[in-house]
Amino acid sequence: MFKILEKWEMADNTVCHFKIEAPLIAKKAQPGQFVVLRPNETGERIPLTMAGTDPAQGTIDIIFQVVGKTTALLRTLQKGDAILDIIGPLGRPTHVEKLGTVICVGGGTGIAVLYPITRALQEIGNHVISIVGARTKYLLILEDEMKNVSDEFFITTDDGSYGRHGFVTDALKDLLDERTDIKLVVGIGPVPMMKFVCKTTEPYGVKTLVSLNTIMVDATGMCGACRATVGGKTQFCCVDGPEFDGHQVDFDELMKRQAAYLKEERQSYERFQKEQE
Amino acid sequence: MTEKEKKEKIPRQPMPEQDPKKRSMNFDEVPYGYTPELAQKEASRCLQCKKPKCVEGCPVGVKIPEFINLIAEGDFIGAAKKLKEDNSLPAVCGRVCPQESQCEALCVLGKKDEPVAVGRLERFAADYERAQGTVDLPQLPPPTGKKVAVVGSGPAGLTLAGDLIKFGHQVTIFEALHKPGGVLVYGIPEFRLPKAIVEAEVDYLKRLGVEIKYNHVVGKILTVDELLEMGYDAVFLGVGAGLPVFMNIPGENLCGIYSANEYLTRSNLMKAYLFPKYDTPIAVGKNVAVIGGGNVAMDSARTALRLGANNVHIVYRRSKTELPARAEEVHHAEEEGVQFKFLTAPLRYIGNADGWVTGMECIQMELGEPDDSGRRRPVPIEDSNFTLDVDLAVIAIGTGANPIITGTIPNLELNKWGYIVADEATGKTSRERVYAGGDIVTGAATVILAMGAGRNSSQAIHQYLMNKS
Ligand SMILES: Cc1cc2nc3c(=O)[nH]c(=O)nc-3n(C[C@H](O)[C@H](O)[C@H](O)COP(=O)(O)OP(=O)(O)OC[C@H]3O[C@@H](n4cnc5c(N)ncnc54)[C@H](O)[C@@H]3O)c2cc1C
Ligand SMILES: Cc1cc2nc3c(=O)[nH]c(=O)nc-3n(C[C@H](O)[C@H](O)[C@H](O)COP(=O)(O)OP(=O)(O)OC[C@H]3O[C@@H](n4cnc5c(N)ncnc54)[C@H](O)[C@@H]3O)c2cc1C
Ligand code: SF4
Ligand code: SF4
Ligand code: FES
Repeated sequence: MFKILEKWEMADNTVCHFKIEAPLIAKKAQPGQFVVLRPNETGERIPLTMAGTDPAQGTIDIIFQVVGKTTALLRTLQKGDAILDIIGPLGRPTHVEKLGTVICVGGGTGIAVLYPITRALQEIGNHVISIVGARTKYLLILEDEMKNVSDEFFITTDDGSYGRHGFVTDALKDLLDERTDIKLVVGIGPVPMMKFVCKTTEPYGVKTLVSLNTIMVDATGMCGACRATVGGKTQFCCVDGPEFDGHQVDFDELMKRQAAYLKEERQSYERFQKEQE
Repeated sequence: MTEKEKKEKIPRQPMPEQDPKKRSMNFDEVPYGYTPELAQKEASRCLQCKKPKCVEGCPVGVKIPEFINLIAEGDFIGAAKKLKEDNSLPAVCGRVCPQESQCEALCVLGKKDEPVAVGRLERFAADYERAQGTVDLPQLPPPTGKKVAVVGSGPAGLTLAGDLIKFGHQVTIFEALHKPGGVLVYGIPEFRLPKAIVEAEVDYLKRLGVEIKYNHVVGKILTVDELLEMGYDAVFLGVGAGLPVFMNIPGENLCGIYSANEYLTRSNLMKAYLFPKYDTPIAVGKNVAVIGGGNVAMDSARTALRLGANNVHIVYRRSKTELPARAEEVHHAEEEGVQFKFLTAPLRYIGNADGWVTGMECIQMELGEPDDSGRRRPVPIEDSNFTLDVDLAVIAIGTGANPIITGTIPNLELNKWGYIVADEATGKTSRERVYAGGDIVTGAATVILAMGAGRNSSQAIHQYLMNKS
């Protein structure tokens, strides 16, 4: 059992942040790695990135968006409650190196995944430019945290309620036009966003990393649920990723595979909402 | 009539089982097992050979005539105890051993007539003992103060853990998943091996003092070197062959195409067959193709039927005689309505706009010259292509070695397929204090062979620990 030590809600209660006691995982985890958790005996195993760790205190942070049954169930847990199973750290850590100037682009809850990577990139001495976006102002998360680990910082919202009106890719394109010293772009967010980030950077020939959030089961390379086509070859995102060269990723296949259980997910979620009433 | 002739007159006793029509709709165990009367009748067929051939066929040398004799005499508990002298999981082996190619294959009765049903009797004795309530714990020797880490809780790891704790060592199992048992829980379905049996075996080990740490992926949260530094005197790797093999043919990443590992893990470990009571979903196919011909393929096909498929095809590139699955599984699958497409191989999958599989293009095969394995090699027949309508496909063509742990142990010798090189008699690897056994050494094999490997390593580790002062 893994105890929840702190709980915060954000983005109008659509996003939830837990600090969880998990000393062994906290000791080992590196930026870019994730955990798999199973809330209770009848629960599903779902992957969530560690948005932060504190090896001294023995804690890990997860930040998740409520999108279906499991995340909604997690949200009902309070400080002091426990999660039945947490497995980690999983996946390959981000390859962090000093390159010069890098751009970190985050959308929606993807910002939670991007945050530890951004911090690591800055700590090693890169000049970090961050662009974070959301549909609308109140959905933007981790603004201060991201700002603190960035040398330059931009915000966009789809509806113009905060920061620049438009998509993160608009801001990204301007930066790519202005500067020629960009060595790396890291883009993490909803799949369509990552796809367009890659489309945006491709003509400039700037290497672009994305984090693929495929459906997973064991997340140890044992089942292949998480397979994606990268560079024409099948990769298991849980062990070969989750980060890949975005210019090689078959995003259309990824989106279709993510939608494989829409019917069952809806059924589960509706059942859960009824039970809650 | 001589005693021998009289015995030969008794036919092999069938096991009562669920009606095929009914059972193809539920996940309850298929055979009910022998009643005491049936067991005694079957046991009475055994000739009590002086030089029992059957024992030579058993990889762990179960004292077959002795335990069968105890059943014939009505001492069922005694029979179970006798079994456990050589086999720590008789309730499992009685159910899943390929008896027809092991113990029963060599039974002398099998020459003229049918062999003694060793597996069914083994299962009976073990079930009888379990049904009597808690199994007595043996007296443990005083603690030796030595600690052993076991990685993986499959049959190899469980067997080894049971042995070592009985020698007085301290044993901790590190298991990647949230439940113990390895393939016994995530792979083999409930209708063939009820999970309560595996749980009872693991409970017994826990009562003996074996500690199990779940959710520990060794290689990630801890490395083997760290385990050694933490004070474990030796480490045993029983991590199985859990890497799914795909065919790398076009369309294989369409939705509705599963590795058998994923399909069975969803259904068994995650209990997707009880969806939505359990949260993990599984796609329910109407027309299902399962590619392969082993136990894994039979389990997948029979699971698909139970989940509600109308048509389930086993697509196998050789012919019926080459099927590697246990004879009983093939027989049960046929009874339940699984259709076999022999001498057939998939070439590519066809999908719709949503990315779901809708069809599988296949080619007809014929058997040519024998290959390395001694079996006749299947060769495609030109222009014999045809398309099978499928909305779900399960790939069950084998597994490989998962590098998640082997890749994090420096200087561990692996063979060209990535399996660990280990001495057959002791499980010793190229690394001092590191032993390995089961599927991660041999490649996908059987429960009893994995248990045998665990047994061999436990002896070797015990010797090493005791010599080491
Ligand atoms: C490596 C990785 C890291 C992730 N990190 C984060 C994170 O930090 N914060 C965050 O909010 N989300 C993260 N996700 C996504 C998160 O796992 C899903 O949102 C979650 O599984 C949804 O579960 P649900 O039951 O609430 O919703 P569902 O209604 O079950 O599913 C909603 C959508 O989530 C996806 N999903 C469903 N089941 C799974 C599963 N078993 N594994 C993966 N995806 C699934 C599907 O695309 C589905 O359409 C990550 C995913 C991956 C693969
Ligand atoms: C569907 C199916 C049906 C089968 N049917 C039969 C049958 O009828 N008869 C028969 O004799 N055999 C059968 N087999 C084969 C048999 O189950 C295996 O040969 C046997 O289970 C191998 O035992 P093992 O202990 O080596 O490994 P496994 O049973 O594979 O167990 C390995 C364990 O190690 C864990 N592990 C892996 N990596 C790590 C890590 N890095 N850290 C921690 N833990 C880890 C795994 O999660 C797993 O629990 C079947 C196999 C399958 C898949
Ligand atoms: S363990 Fe398996 S091979 Fe040995 S006697 Fe029992 S059923 Fe036969
Ligand atoms: S070979 Fe057959 S008849 Fe002889 S002891 Fe073994 S089981 Fe009995
Ligand atoms: S989630 Fe099972 S192999 Fe990646």
